[in-house]
Amino acid sequence: MSDYIISLQGVTKEFDTKNGKVVALNDINLDIERGDSYGIIGLSGAGKSTLVRTINLLEQPTDGRVVFDGKTLTGIGSRDLNIQRRKISMIFQQFNLLMQRDAIGNICFPMEIAGVPKAQARAKAEELLKVVDLEDRAHSFPSQLSGGQKQRVAIARALASDPEVILCDEATSALDPKTTRSILRLLRQINEERGITLVVITHEMNVIKQLCNKVAVIENGEIVERGDVQEIFAKPKTRAARKLFFPDSEERETPEGRTATRNRLRLAFNEKTAYKPIISNMILETGAPVNLLYANMDALLDEQKGQMVICLSDDHDAAERQKAFLIREGVDFTEIPEESDYYDYPLNGFSEEVSE
Amino acid sequence: MDMQTLFSLLGEETLKTLYMTFIGTLVSYLIGLPIGVSLIITSPNGIKPLGFYNKVMGFIVNVIRSVPFLILMIALMPYIRIVIGTGIGPKAITAALIVAAAPFVARLVEQSLLEVDPGVIEAAQAMGASTFQIIWKVLLLEGRPSLLNGAAVATINILGYSAMAGTVGGGGLGDVAIRYGLYRFQPAIMWITIVILVIMVQILQEVGIRIAARMDNRIN
Repeated sequence: MSDYIISLQGVTKEFDTKNGKVVALNDINLDIERGDSYGIIGLSGAGKSTLVRTINLLEQPTDGRVVFDGKTLTGIGSRDLNIQRRKISMIFQQFNLLMQRDAIGNICFPMEIAGVPKAQARAKAEELLKVVDLEDRAHSFPSQLSGGQKQRVAIARALASDPEVILCDEATSALDPKTTRSILRLLRQINEERGITLVVITHEMNVIKQLCNKVAVIENGEIVERGDVQEIFAKPKTRAARKLFFPDSEERETPEGRTATRNRLRLAFNEKTAYKPIISNMILETGAPVNLLYANMDALLDEQKGQMVICLSDDHDAAERQKAFLIREGVDFTEIPEESDYYDYPLNGFSEEVSE
Repeated sequence: MDMQTLFSLLGEETLKTLYMTFIGTLVSYLIGLPIGVSLIITSPNGIKPLGFYNKVMGFIVNVIRSVPFLILMIALMPYIRIVIGTGIGPKAITAALIVAAAPFVARLVEQSLLEVDPGVIEAAQAMGASTFQIIWKVLLLEGRPSLLNGAAVATINILGYSAMAGTVGGGGLGDVAIRYGLYRFQPAIMWITIVILVIMVQILQEVGIRIAARMDNRIN
């Protein structure tokens, strides 16, 4: 066995409802390496919240095994489970702080549960308040804190038990964009500096881009695609992944006849090519115009990445010169066949299920 | 009746009422609080679902609550006489009060604890808290303001029960109101007891609200 901190093996979860059985998770197999920041993304109802809750057994799987740090969690007694749970912290969309305790009291809570002596817990809680930049709010109650501050207290609380893993269940979904960025920065710092594994549940691609190195795309209770974030971003294989990575392209309607459907290329920019004025240089050098259909620049863990869909010159020779230019400049591109929607067409000729 | 006798009578009977109310409330909570907690944690969405216990206990609570206090008290009298030796007086009435009030308290506690955010309970579970720790550190602490408000309601209710017990020779202010006001046609005395009862209820309610608000860290 390699160094997997979390391993889900054939995890299935069914719920009994009035309308019969609902399969929330269907035979999920997922290995998460120590130190990973593993994103799990899907639209609401895809099963991602249920999935993360099976990791610490808040949700008992109907079938399958959950292995944490080499120990099987499924089927062990509640006392043993509670001891293991101390190594798996969790933060939530709604923060879930004790409203009747101040910030420092909340941070002491997991240590109290674990039986850490009071003075020692207190000292550590003060230390953690500094880590999350809230040392001046030690005695504020949750009702006196902003959303971002509450999540910082929750993060400090999550760190208090010296966990191996922090499960983040839509941890930034209740926050504004600016606060979201600062919370994501803090989580990344925790992942990098302390080596704590993160499992990040989200429906927002931006969270994955800013925080994760690996990602699994979940749809209808199944993982449809997984791998390095960089790779999936550049070459999404499934429609579900494309939909999540390029959400606005889904709604774009192209009026008949106005936008060219021939001679289209999808370009992928990497960290080397993303900063260069490729398109302007191409026009200047080839002396032929291009039509820009779609463009998107993104940072993946601070690395610049970009996607663009262009329409080459109608003149065949000029188009060939343009392609040659792109090859020379090291820009990955794929030709998009006529009649196909450009967002349905994966990069670099991946042939797997283009449409459903 | 001269003023002196009247005052000493009212003073004595007020003390009896207070005795019945406070002992009754205290013991009702000793019984009703654990039952209320057990109803919460054994419910289908609770932390230790236990369907059979939950249904049976819920049924017992409902049965006792559905019998009007006056009738329950009269029905219980022979049994109370066996257990504590007498069927009249504040002691016997307090015993009846407890039987009637404990299920009421259990429901009040259940309602208060339902208000505790399930997310916070889930967070505690995720931290590896035991059932006992969740009850003690999460449910009772987070539910504290609502529990205290409930306690004021329960105390006032039990005060009302104790006054009703006057009709069967229970002693206390209710007894005074019936003996003097009704049987001896002295409406003035009846009105004095009513005023004393109203003042007691006002004080209990006010004190309950204030303590609950002071102990609540959500509003600051």
